Amino acid sequence: MAESDNIVVETAEKIFADLADPQTINNDKKGSWQAPLWRALSEAGLPLSWVPDDLGGSGASLADGFALLNAAGRFAVAVPLAETMLAGWLLAQARIASPEGEMTVLPASPRDRITVDADGALSGRCRGVPFAKAAKHFALLAHARDGVSIALVDASKARTESGLNVGYDHSDTVTLDKVQPVTIKAAPKGLDQTAMMLMGGVARSLQIAGALESMLDISVRYSNERVAFEKKISKFQAVQHNLARLAGESAAALAAATSAADAIANAKSFDDAVYLEAAAAKIRCAEAAEKGGGIAHQVHGAIGFTIEHILHRYSLRALAWRDDFGSESYWAVELGKLVASRGADELWPLVASR
Amino acid sequence: MTAALRFDPIRLPEKCEQLRKEVRAFLAEEIAAGTFDPHKPNREDTDVPEFSRKVGARGWLGMTWPKKYGGQERSFLERYVVTEEMRVANAPTRRFFVADRQSGPVLLKYAPEHIKMDILPRICRGEICFAIGMSEPNSGSDLFAAKTRATKTDGGYLINGTKIWTSSAHIADYMIAIFRTSPPTKENRRHGLTQFLVKMKQPGIKVNPIGQITGQYEFNEVVFTDFFVPDDHVLGEVDGAWKQATSELAYERSGPERFLETYYVLTELVRAVGPDPDTRSAEGIGRLVAQLHTMRRMSVSVAGMLQAGKEPVVEASIVKDIGTVWEQQLPHRVRDLAAFVEETATNRETLERQLDFAIKTAPKLTIQGGTTEVLRGIIARGLGLR
Repeated sequence: MAESDNIVVETAEKIFADLADPQTINNDKKGSWQAPLWRALSEAGLPLSWVPDDLGGSGASLADGFALLNAAGRFAVAVPLAETMLAGWLLAQARIASPEGEMTVLPASPRDRITVDADGALSGRCRGVPFAKAAKHFALLAHARDGVSIALVDASKARTESGLNVGYDHSDTVTLDKVQPVTIKAAPKGLDQTAMMLMGGVARSLQIAGALESMLDISVRYSNERVAFEKKISKFQAVQHNLARLAGESAAALAAATSAADAIANAKSFDDAVYLEAAAAKIRCAEAAEKGGGIAHQVHGAIGFTIEHILHRYSLRALAWRDDFGSESYWAVELGKLVASRGADELWPLVASR
Repeated sequence: MTAALRFDPIRLPEKCEQLRKEVRAFLAEEIAAGTFDPHKPNREDTDVPEFSRKVGARGWLGMTWPKKYGGQERSFLERYVVTEEMRVANAPTRRFFVADRQSGPVLLKYAPEHIKMDILPRICRGEICFAIGMSEPNSGSDLFAAKTRATKTDGGYLINGTKIWTSSAHIADYMIAIFRTSPPTKENRRHGLTQFLVKMKQPGIKVNPIGQITGQYEFNEVVFTDFFVPDDHVLGEVDGAWKQATSELAYERSGPERFLETYYVLTELVRAVGPDPDTRSAEGIGRLVAQLHTMRRMSVSVAGMLQAGKEPVVEASIVKDIGTVWEQQLPHRVRDLAAFVEETATNRETLERQLDFAIKTAPKLTIQGGTTEVLRGIIARGLGLR
């Protein structure tokens, strides 16, 4: 595992190591690990990392929070940590205090829309909302006549239909039918649905990169243990080359995701540079999830395909995370359109600006 | 273990951006003056001596070297910016590129003082060209199989044998080459190679051009027959060149030239599809840009490690592996998308001509500078598999 040099990540890694051991979780079909893990994370203030002290959070920097999400990816953590962090961050943008407990953020797809009626009620349907079933509150972005609003909604006021993503985590459909929010305020300038999708996309990119780091670790370890044809499979050149490619995909995902996180953490707004970095990270990390996960399974052979083995906790989740906050196809179309509208001679200056 | 594979998000410092503007302005002037055509990557003559001298006069060669040798004592990141702008503009860098990237740093590290004082300032002025003699017939990527002998004689060595795939040997003034000074030992097959500075254009050296499938002549076979190299042209440790050569390769593997060689087809595709592309073209371009951006971030990160005095051998190998595979696939992906470009696109002919050349170029990209297979072996070693 990568060594962390910040206290937020150190705290999180200790909790994950104690309470989110992948093998223990994988063996526990009843999910009895979830409550103690969430309690420990909450006591450490991690779900509200991005919420300032005066709004009920722990006020960590964007950079520390992003590093925490990468660590969460390395443990393939299956509680709504990223979702609550994103929700708290969104609410804080409008100076809305975060309540206690699990949250998630709406919409989770750039194609879904929530609107604000004349009387302030919210309506809209959002698909693929991660952990909506587990959430006590939703933080959401809604389109009002005079601009964009940020609202806090009691989850029990919405209709939530259960669904599961490829990684067996909740990915639900949330329907708001004239729901009155707990609080609603105008969003600050520049914080629109695109910005929210970029922020969510970078969170997912860091998680995917983390999952790939772990897939590389466990694949290397397995190849040094498993004997076939009278040698460790790590001694076969074909296996070595596959693992070298996995290392490349893992490194590319981590480079793209950390660069995008750094861009957001240091930018004043969701400007063009952030757009390029965040969209590119989501595209490249999703591609790495496909290629890298495929190699990890190939190295593990049949054992990695079993539900008893922990590999799927990383590989399937990394595949599932591709879909949240805009898939790579969606972002590729958007980024391609942006590049085309700027014109050929502006492409290199755009890339080189980072 | 994966801690070693972190690519920190290094940002180029502000002064790099100022430099970038200067380089762009210079290149625009040279293009306007007709020194080279950025839309002709396949131009017949990529060796343009007056261009080299102008680049030297700007202080953009040997940028990181000490001032007493003609350098500018600027950062590795500033050099990086110059390299990428030259590459993207398809500038004719052949005459100076190898000396600037690799040969100069080797001389700085291993040559005696009087040779440094003689040669390095001339590299900085863009006056001389270097070649690298590593591969041999039947050795190639297997550097340690090199057989060309350097036999000790009075005051120096006599060289006999053949180097091959030597880029620019036909125009080079010098070559830095490895020759066999002793047989390999049982314990260490890497033992016995020594690095030499070779003055070209002398009796005893014959350079035979080798045609490429692109129609160009870039590399050569170089035959040495009783060629004399004086003692003070030995670079570094006798019989210990393998240590020197492998660290040198980090510079060769991770730079922007390792993913930008076919970049021009992407620019021309964007031009051809125009401001309002169909969904398929937009998606294809978006993915390619995301991949390009990611590689560049990794490459800049390795440049930052080199600047910090590290030797990121595994990281550089990863960048080269991903980068060359990408630039190799790029012309084919652009071709896929170009099938839908309108007949009336203003640059259609340019795009087709460039695609034709890039597709012919592509097969070499995963070979030059270390084959993909060898690089993956180095990465596997870094992962603890060998």
